[in-house]
Amino acid sequence: MTDPKVTIAFELNGELTEVAFAPHKTLLEVLREDCGLTGTKHGCELGECGTCAVLLDDQPVLSCLALGLACSGRRVKTVEGMAAGGRLHPLQEAFAELGAAQCGYCTPAFLLTAEALLAGNRTPTRDEIKQALAGNLCRCTGYIKIYEAVELAAARMRGEAAAPADESVYGRR
Amino acid sequence: MAGAKLRVVGKAHRKLDATAKVTGVTKFADDLFLPRMLYSKLLRSPHAHARIVSVDTTKALALGGVKAVLTGKDLPIPFGILPVSQDEHALAHDKVRFVGDPVAAVAAVSEEIATEALDLIAVTYEPLKAISSAEEAVAHPEPRIHDYGDHGNLHKLIDLEFGDVEEGFAEADLVREDLFFFEGSTHLPMEQHAALADWAPPPDGKVTLWSATQTPHYVHRALAKVLELPPAKIRVIATPNGGGFGGKSDPFSHEIVVAKLAILTGRPVKITLTREEVFYCHRGRHPTLMWVKTGVKRNGAITGMHFKSLLDGGGYGSYGVASTYYTGALQTVTYPVPRYKFQGARAFTNRPPCGPKRGHGTPQPRYALEVHLDKIAEQLSIDPAELRLQHLVPPNSLTANYLRIGSMGLGACIRKVVEGSGWKQKFRKLPLGQGVGLACSSYISGAGLPIYWNNMPHSGVQLKCDRGGGVTVFCGSTEIGQGSDSILAYIVAEVLGIDPFDIAVVTADTDLTPVDLGSYSSRVTLMSGNAALQAAERAREILASHAARKLEIPVERVVFADRRVFDAEDPERGLAFAAAVQLAEAAQGTVGTVGSYTPPQSAGRYRGAGVGPSPAYSYTAAVAEVDVDQETGIVIVPRIWIAHDVGRSINAAAVMGQVEGSVYMGLGEALMEEMAYRGNRNTVHKFPSLLEYKSPTTLEMCDVVTYLIEDPDPSGPFGAKEVGQGPLLPVMPAVANAVYDAVGVRVDEIPVTPEKVLKALKRKAKGEEPRFGPSTFPDIPWPEPTRVPPPWEGGDGKAIGQKATAATGERRH
Repeated sequence: MTDPKVTIAFELNGELTEVAFAPHKTLLEVLREDCGLTGTKHGCELGECGTCAVLLDDQPVLSCLALGLACSGRRVKTVEGMAAGGRLHPLQEAFAELGAAQCGYCTPAFLLTAEALLAGNRTPTRDEIKQALAGNLCRCTGYIKIYEAVELAAARMRGEAAAPADESVYGRR
Repeated sequence: MAGAKLRVVGKAHRKLDATAKVTGVTKFADDLFLPRMLYSKLLRSPHAHARIVSVDTTKALALGGVKAVLTGKDLPIPFGILPVSQDEHALAHDKVRFVGDPVAAVAAVSEEIATEALDLIAVTYEPLKAISSAEEAVAHPEPRIHDYGDHGNLHKLIDLEFGDVEEGFAEADLVREDLFFFEGSTHLPMEQHAALADWAPPPDGKVTLWSATQTPHYVHRALAKVLELPPAKIRVIATPNGGGFGGKSDPFSHEIVVAKLAILTGRPVKITLTREEVFYCHRGRHPTLMWVKTGVKRNGAITGMHFKSLLDGGGYGSYGVASTYYTGALQTVTYPVPRYKFQGARAFTNRPPCGPKRGHGTPQPRYALEVHLDKIAEQLSIDPAELRLQHLVPPNSLTANYLRIGSMGLGACIRKVVEGSGWKQKFRKLPLGQGVGLACSSYISGAGLPIYWNNMPHSGVQLKCDRGGGVTVFCGSTEIGQGSDSILAYIVAEVLGIDPFDIAVVTADTDLTPVDLGSYSSRVTLMSGNAALQAAERAREILASHAARKLEIPVERVVFADRRVFDAEDPERGLAFAAAVQLAEAAQGTVGTVGSYTPPQSAGRYRGAGVGPSPAYSYTAAVAEVDVDQETGIVIVPRIWIAHDVGRSINAAAVMGQVEGSVYMGLGEALMEEMAYRGNRNTVHKFPSLLEYKSPTTLEMCDVVTYLIEDPDPSGPFGAKEVGQGPLLPVMPAVANAVYDAVGVRVDEIPVTPEKVLKALKRKAKGEEPRFGPSTFPDIPWPEPTRVPPPWEGGDGKAIGQKATAATGERRH
């Protein structure tokens, strides 16, 4: 039968949150089923696809492999916590602008993984972006619009007035 | 709109749902939770082929928290996507046909309890001999997997002749035969299939199903049939698909099961498949063995072509009859083929069913044809790009198999990638281990015929103008990430001179939206786009007439732009778009219009002519560059240049995304993706997981240089043709041809894995034929051919001996 619930307190998207759940549940399940935050997705629930990535104390983790209980007292950030003050995060803005989100299912995990990258590296090279995102699978985009969106957001976060390259959205002429 | 300057169409836009997708707000099927919701799980067969002797559900039903258990007896009516292959049961009825075939279902208060209950269902099986490959199915008509089909375990046999190919071979300066094999692969959408059903008890007596489906209309049909409910008592809502690629185009067991469980329990029931189960649902690329024989003149002109394909269909029909026709349909639309013979066979085997994956039945023959042509070009000492450029199907022409070509931009595509890639400086000139390869392709912009034959439109739109200036578009089309919702908005915004974000779209809901047949066959932009265009033009006409009266100008002078309706000759004189709506609404009542689209009638009238016709064909050319490690056989693709003739971009950014995504998926098929089996005579999936089924990560994905060729096709909205599938097609043959350029070995089998490259290199070192690939094509009991004289031999699209009144195309129930 179902285990009795346990309660933990943790910081979720900047807010102190208490949540009760069956102790065997993964962070993924706690977020989606007990916190009602369905922005975090799942593609395998085996730690293979990266789709469920969230930030745990600013580091990307696969929420399908992390126990909810292990997050007591820690900081968790999901895609729902990215936009602030009614404005999109620069990464969200760039993903939307370039079509880096096609079906959008893998997008939350890419956004958070990219956010962690940019927090530690304001000027990532294309290769550094590829390395950082290598654990996230996307079947729609071929990753290219994702790289371009991360580069665009990084430039804007550095204060540059960057815009999508003409070749990126219209092709090479 | 002819000649008018376009304000919206052709620009790069963000999509209507972009904000929802980047904020995690978009609700996919598994994100839906209803009060008192139950969870369902399916018990799947561990046997590849077995008779079900008994199913005992007593213990499962007795488990606390279990609310219902279903078996095949509860859902006895068969279904299937095609009228000619209604061969599936929601739960296996008398026997199971592949490892993973659903046998029983549970609804319980939690997923854990439902899973536990599965272990308590006792099924007794009587194993039967399993058939594990198409060749085996050819050799073993017994035991039969299904009791229908054209011959033993051969589900479908096709033999079509368009002119006398032997005559063509006799005229040729060179006749070449080649064999190829294309391994099966799967869609691998990041979202696992999920569905949620709810039931409103009588007098409503209505089922609502939310499902990650590309084809809500066909799910609606299947539910009505299997549940024996009037269609009006069923509402299907397609949730945004977290990737489809063809894998969510069939009506599925799990959709029917949760609907039935909701009716039985009176509670909402949700199911989400595990990743392993997604591999069993499959419906992916058919493993296909191909033989092609082509006669050519010294200058490369084709005199005749004979193409044979043998498809491993897996355990059920799915789209397989159409897939089989597609392996022979589009060989004729790129280079003129004056005489053409196609023989296609689809075998039933005890593996997960194959169906439509991006490119549906055409990537396999396109790979074969483009590598075959590369070999022919070499034999003729003609540059392969030149060979193709010298022999292009003319625009506005009819092919040997009666496909009507409209605009044709392949020449422009080839020239772009040849120039951009530096082809002439690289081909046969790079150092050993590096190479370039070129290939071309074409794809349909929607199937010319519906799955269920009727004379009704393929796509419908209703449009409502609000007095506040907003517009709502209702359409049955299904958003699977390709941007189909947004296409409706861009087109309506263009016609009505408003902003796309002034438009709300309501899509893929059988209660609210007019029928659109679904997101398959690259049909949506052209078909729903044309329907939206018609509805918008009708609304514009209404608004323009009232505005013209108010402005006291002829209606022809009324212009719609910048959220205003004004006089072309005096732009200052006009009114706000919202005011124009109010004017019309006051004068004649609620402003609403409809639009619909029906493709033109096909030219082919023979049986089998139903597959291949399309309102327009897209064209693509690609050059791949490879590095081949001769020690390991590892092939790295640093870059692909690709040019796609899209007719006209509606949203250029989305077109770019489709091209890049197609290159990615093609690269995966070219190098690594394969459905592989083990154990129990090769019928157990070797690795139904995202880790072990290899697909390209950021580290394998190549750079892509994209060129968009825009030569508007009169059939498309603003000239648009498809882009979602076509650009995948040339990738595999371009890579294979590049490997040959790099190391001088032919890998005539997809995927081009290091093992195959090494084997071919070893053969080369030993002085044997430097090739890896199949060597025989089995004897197949082909039927008497359907002989159709091509147009240039006086043909009228009918088969010889066909009665004047005979139905067109494939039509059998």
